[in-house]
Amino acid sequence: MFYLKKSFLKITLIFTLLLLFPLMVFSYSMAQTKIPRGGTLKMIYQEPTHLNMAIVSGTPTGIPGCQIFAGLLQFDENFKPLPYLAKKWEVSPDGKLYTFWLEEKAVFHDGKPITSEDVAFSLETVKANHPFGVAMYRAVEKIDTSNPHIVKFHLNYPYPAFMFALHPLLLPVIPKHVYGQGEIRKNPANYKPVGSGPFKFVEWKRGQHIIFEKNEKFFRKGRPYLDRIIIEFIPDSNARTVSMETGATHLVPFSYIARDDALRLAKLPQFAMTEKGYEAIGSRTWFAVNLRKPPLSDKKVRKAIAHSLDRNFIVKQIFLGLGKPATAPFHHAGPFYHGNLPQYDYNLDKANKLLDEAGYKRKADGMRFDVNIDWIPNPTYQSVCEYAREQLKKIGINANLRASPDFPGWASRISAWDFDLNFDSVFDYPDPVIGIERMYISKNIKKLIWTNTMGYNNPEVDRLFAEAQIEQNFAKRKNLYLKVQEILWDELPLIWIQEGGFYTVYNKEYEGIPMDVWGTINPYDAVYWRKGKAE
Amino acid sequence: MATTDSFANYVIRRVLQAIPVVIGVVVLNFTLLHLAPGDPAIVLVGEAGGATEEVLKEVRKEFGLDKSLLEQLWIYLKKIAKGDLGFSYFQGKPVLELILEKIPATILLILTAILLAVIFGVLAGVASAQRPTSLGSSFITIFSLFGFSMPVFWLGIMFILAFSLYIPLLPGHGMLTVGLVGDCWFIAKDILSHLILPAFTLAFIYIAQYSRLSRASMLEVIGSDYVRTARAKGLPERAVIYKHALRNAILPILTIFGIQIGHLLAGAVLVETVFTWPGMGRLMFEGILRRDYPLIMGILIFSSILVIIANLLTDLLYGFVDPRIRRR
Repeated sequence: MFYLKKSFLKITLIFTLLLLFPLMVFSYSMAQTKIPRGGTLKMIYQEPTHLNMAIVSGTPTGIPGCQIFAGLLQFDENFKPLPYLAKKWEVSPDGKLYTFWLEEKAVFHDGKPITSEDVAFSLETVKANHPFGVAMYRAVEKIDTSNPHIVKFHLNYPYPAFMFALHPLLLPVIPKHVYGQGEIRKNPANYKPVGSGPFKFVEWKRGQHIIFEKNEKFFRKGRPYLDRIIIEFIPDSNARTVSMETGATHLVPFSYIARDDALRLAKLPQFAMTEKGYEAIGSRTWFAVNLRKPPLSDKKVRKAIAHSLDRNFIVKQIFLGLGKPATAPFHHAGPFYHGNLPQYDYNLDKANKLLDEAGYKRKADGMRFDVNIDWIPNPTYQSVCEYAREQLKKIGINANLRASPDFPGWASRISAWDFDLNFDSVFDYPDPVIGIERMYISKNIKKLIWTNTMGYNNPEVDRLFAEAQIEQNFAKRKNLYLKVQEILWDELPLIWIQEGGFYTVYNKEYEGIPMDVWGTINPYDAVYWRKGKAE
Repeated sequence: MATTDSFANYVIRRVLQAIPVVIGVVVLNFTLLHLAPGDPAIVLVGEAGGATEEVLKEVRKEFGLDKSLLEQLWIYLKKIAKGDLGFSYFQGKPVLELILEKIPATILLILTAILLAVIFGVLAGVASAQRPTSLGSSFITIFSLFGFSMPVFWLGIMFILAFSLYIPLLPGHGMLTVGLVGDCWFIAKDILSHLILPAFTLAFIYIAQYSRLSRASMLEVIGSDYVRTARAKGLPERAVIYKHALRNAILPILTIFGIQIGHLLAGAVLVETVFTWPGMGRLMFEGILRRDYPLIMGILIFSSILVIIANLLTDLLYGFVDPRIRRR
């Protein structure tokens, strides 16, 4: 009896242990995978004008703005829309009705619920005030807000770019009861914003920092993980690097640390550097050509210039290997990129031959003609222009570099069309309707920077862009954009040089930094500090 | 009584003399600023550009940028006569409020730098003058040359690298640790730790200047008859140097101090930018970058007033240090 009892106890013990062990392992691993909470993320970036991204473009407002304001959608690494404030959506077969179901529990930071009225108000505000407002939402005819949690956009015509224009950067949902009072540009809430994003505005000390704190009522359960985000404004490039290196700063987006410093920091074990997360922005650099002026109005001359510049050298030596040489008029990461265009290889003989054919023979001094080169103030861009000057000299073009003292000085010159070649950087944005066509369509020949300042006018290009804008079928739409790219690549209203090249430097103690197509212009609700409390 | 009256008259006369100077500063700077190429409306509407012409026109109208230069100047002069320095395009606040917010930080930085410059500069100069051929004196002379040659922004970066990164003793940017909570003493200590590097950076060149100037001045005074008399009376050397010689030798330092306030303010722009010190210099830097005309003008007016006040104070200090001037 005693024997039986003893062996029974033994067996029970072994079984219990056998059962408990996997349970313990499971619990341990669960504890390990629990995302730590708390902590402060310190960033450095440029100081914004204000914090209402519904009425101003640009990343200085967009990065903090995405912490404050939620939007209808987010996007994954392949430009696929993901739910955000809209939990689901539906597009009618004719592409003229978009219906979004909103998160019922979502509230603004002041506790008031978010309704379809707020979404409609936000879109109307962006349309009337944002630099891209009309381009993004001109197709919207009517917004149905009869159900507070369902918003229906009735469009005049099918407009496939619409989904891309619903990211919080482009359509931040702002509370009507706060921003609907008086003139929007003078609304005090532009400086003390109220939104529904993962973080609430706490304080803005001009010239110093902005502090955000966790929004406890954020509609994504359990988020955000961090307690606070601080964005500091450090104008000196060296001071920014030192701040990162001393651990006082954890994240610097949009290449706001000098290239050589960033590459050096990336070699240290505590830091990481990535070029991911800038696909939706689709940044590219180019020489814009003033097509009104001979000899640049001659296509052969533009092709000669394209052949005289070694893009691989520029990317490798001047951009220190960041980004890629441009191979098409559209960004390579975008959905409509043309990957099979014949390239303008670096070939000085070909360039000289083209110039001879165009009738610009070398004079007694060996030169053919003079051009001016302007550039948006930036030391790297200046280096590209200095390189271009030397290259152009080799093919008999005497280039005169015209530095601008600052951004407004450069902008005045370019918007007055007072340039020959202008080295500049522009964003494609995720859809050609938003960021690309503005540079090429003839009705956008305007005395404004980042429009068709080159004076490019091709009715066929206008027609293709107009057709593609409303084409519902992706394959057909892509085909139209491929044709556009073939024409542009042949006519060279711009001489494309490099694309991408933006980078983020961050401390590895922080994980979950957004790496989708919008990268750091996203809510940071999934960012966490590895040394936080694992609750 | 007569002395008090003449003193008051002197002060009033100096203040009245300052008015045309300030008006001159306003007109000259206003014209120069507006003649520089660049449209603040483009910067104001969007960092990524692409604004429509209608929006730009509206913004220009809102800030009076659509009017002629003369009209804008006249409106501005009328405003400042009423004590209104205008409204910052970018900060969305009255310029006066912004300046009053930032000026304490700049004054703290400048005063600390002056104090450091005077103390270290004069002490070094006096020590060097006492033994002009010693090794220490040669070291001070070399140091002065080094101090003269160092650009402020470079020196600032070197200090940050040395004392924030390699020997992490002091913070390298800001005036106060962000989000710091504590009593007054705790906060004062934090500000002091942030102040050391920028104040020394700003003071460095003046330490060099003052040491050279006080050395030369002391060498001249030490050889004069009254110093010999003081020594002959059997006064201790310390009293001879610091009570008799230095009092006369310090007059040239006071003279350049008044002139240097303007230079110090200019230096503060660089130092505040390198160290992210939240003062008027940073405000000026941001204003220039963004063509914030009212803000730049407001700071220039304020700076010119500060320079005038500093010169006035210098004249008054002269009388305090040298009774002969007071009697005159």
